[in-house]
Amino acid sequence: MTSPLEQKKIKIAGPSVVTANRTWDGIVVYRTAAKSWSADLSEAAIVRNSDEAKALLAESVADDVGAIGPYIAPVQVGADGKVQPGNLREQIRRSGVTIGQPAQV
Amino acid sequence: MYAYDEIDRTLVNERVSEFRDQVKRRLSGELTEDEFKILRLQNGVYLQLHAYMFRVAIPYGTLATNQLRALAHVARKYDRGYGHFTTRQNIQFNWIKLAELPDALADLAKVGIHAMQTSGNNMRNVTSDQWAGVAPGEIEDPRIWSELIRQHTTLHPEFSFLPRKFKIAITASDHDRAAIKIHDIGLRLIKNEKGETGFEVLVGGGLGRTPFIAKTIKHFVHGRDILSYIEAILRVYNQYGRRDNIYKARIKILVHELGIEKFSREVEDEWQHIRNPSLQIDDEVIEDIRSRFTYPAYEKLPHMPDELRQAAADPDFEAWRKNSVAPHKVQGYSIVTISLKPTGGPPGDATAEQMDALADLVDKYSFGEIRVGHEQNLALPHVAKRDLPALWKALDKLGLATPNVNLITDIIACPGLDYCSLANARSIPIAQELTRRFANHELANLIGRLHINISGCINACGHHHVGHIGILGVEKNGEEVYQITIGGRADENAALGTLIGPGVKFDEVADVVEDIVEAYLALRERPEELFMDTVRRLGVEPFKERVYATR
Repeated sequence: MTSPLEQKKIKIAGPSVVTANRTWDGIVVYRTAAKSWSADLSEAAIVRNSDEAKALLAESVADDVGAIGPYIAPVQVGADGKVQPGNLREQIRRSGVTIGQPAQV
Repeated sequence: MYAYDEIDRTLVNERVSEFRDQVKRRLSGELTEDEFKILRLQNGVYLQLHAYMFRVAIPYGTLATNQLRALAHVARKYDRGYGHFTTRQNIQFNWIKLAELPDALADLAKVGIHAMQTSGNNMRNVTSDQWAGVAPGEIEDPRIWSELIRQHTTLHPEFSFLPRKFKIAITASDHDRAAIKIHDIGLRLIKNEKGETGFEVLVGGGLGRTPFIAKTIKHFVHGRDILSYIEAILRVYNQYGRRDNIYKARIKILVHELGIEKFSREVEDEWQHIRNPSLQIDDEVIEDIRSRFTYPAYEKLPHMPDELRQAAADPDFEAWRKNSVAPHKVQGYSIVTISLKPTGGPPGDATAEQMDALADLVDKYSFGEIRVGHEQNLALPHVAKRDLPALWKALDKLGLATPNVNLITDIIACPGLDYCSLANARSIPIAQELTRRFANHELANLIGRLHINISGCINACGHHHVGHIGILGVEKNGEEVYQITIGGRADENAALGTLIGPGVKFDEVADVVEDIVEAYLALRERPEELFMDTVRRLGVEPFKERVYATR
């Protein structure tokens, strides 16, 4: 999964969200339509074209205290409206590591 | 163990206070992330996929038990109950909250641990042989010199804003366990014809997207001149190293572009310019550092105690002893390597409970001292042979007696896409599957010494270039794809592996490794011919044919 840290041009191919890490604890968060952050992907604002993505990203970047490193990430929106991460990286960010953590091994 | 003085303690405590203030200002919005980032990096704090990652320094891989217990405490109180030992002898915590980091640092500072220079474009933790001070045939304890360099370079303004990170490793044995040839500067401790201590100096090693094996630029630098010589190297790097392109900023690129002869001349000129008494080390300084490294009061013990003779009848004990126990410079003692590579477990991880229990065992059996090796294992440097059976039983109860040191399941792996924001593919699940495939100890022993190194991206934190079998995860069309190399090594004969062909999918990697191993077993001339010997004799073609014949 190409790291979004290398994301330079904003060009989206489908539904996307803005995601970041919350500043005080680092957890994964998503930008909501209410100009806030949520740890729940289902509450994320969905953008569908580059202009919308640029606007949402600009607003997210401006909230430097709330979250850090915002970037645009792809999602899949099911027929039922359910939102899923669009690639493995984002799947791991939302659901956690794919391995047993030592305390659980 | 090295005993820190008041200057060290003051420095560490002041750094905690300073960082506490910086975090407070960041959380209040007084500092932007852009302003704060360099400050957090200077204190070992990265941002990873799920959370902040906190990298703690373990200078030259040496820990006292109160320090190990403090790491367990941090894992338990501030993280998720475990830590990850790294290829640079440090430990990382993957789930730290920024708001709690100053408290974690303060708790570590109580036992003299810090996170300074574990990230950022500065001089990183100086690494060394995890068997330093106890390895038979060693010239002298390389940690004395590691500590000298640590003191000189810590917060040194000239070395705090380098073009890129800078890593030094030191070895003092013929067999290089510190992987000095893949470091920016590698130092091999030697004696000259007068019996004086000095160093062969190698420069320009490193892995990442442009791997190079370090080259010798000076065959002997007297110990008293080593600081000025390192400083000369760093000055040349500071002056000519590229700052415009992060991918070309490491010293290895400069050495490659200038050529080793020109680079050597530049360093020599600079050295002659700055080589003056102020940078020459007095013998008293070395002796003072030497005196701060304390060694156990070893007993006079038999080479083969009754306890060991009796335990030899137990095949499980013998399997562990043969792979985990190494000769010690003092008769009656051994060096014990503790594998952090359990079957199905993430390489290099240890739980808080394991660390605490291990600290008790280290107090009981290793004079309170433990080491971290770059292979992501631990070592007990002073174990009486008579105690080996009891230690083994205790380690086994903790899940720390996997008898696979130096075998195919003793895998080095970076955190990969499960944790790392730079990664393109997962590393740990590949390692886990391989440890399951080769869990049969008889099979692993039959294969013999074979190192697998796995990286989840081209930055090569899992040192895949120098794995006997190297596995590099990349991304292709949204899928994880793994490139396989053969023939790399990180020891005194360091070499980069050769790519054997097109990348394979996640699910195929373990099958490919099995094919390579089967080919090796069929091709070797005798059981004693190690994997690397067969590769050297035949090249990679037979392995390539085997892997791709049916793919």
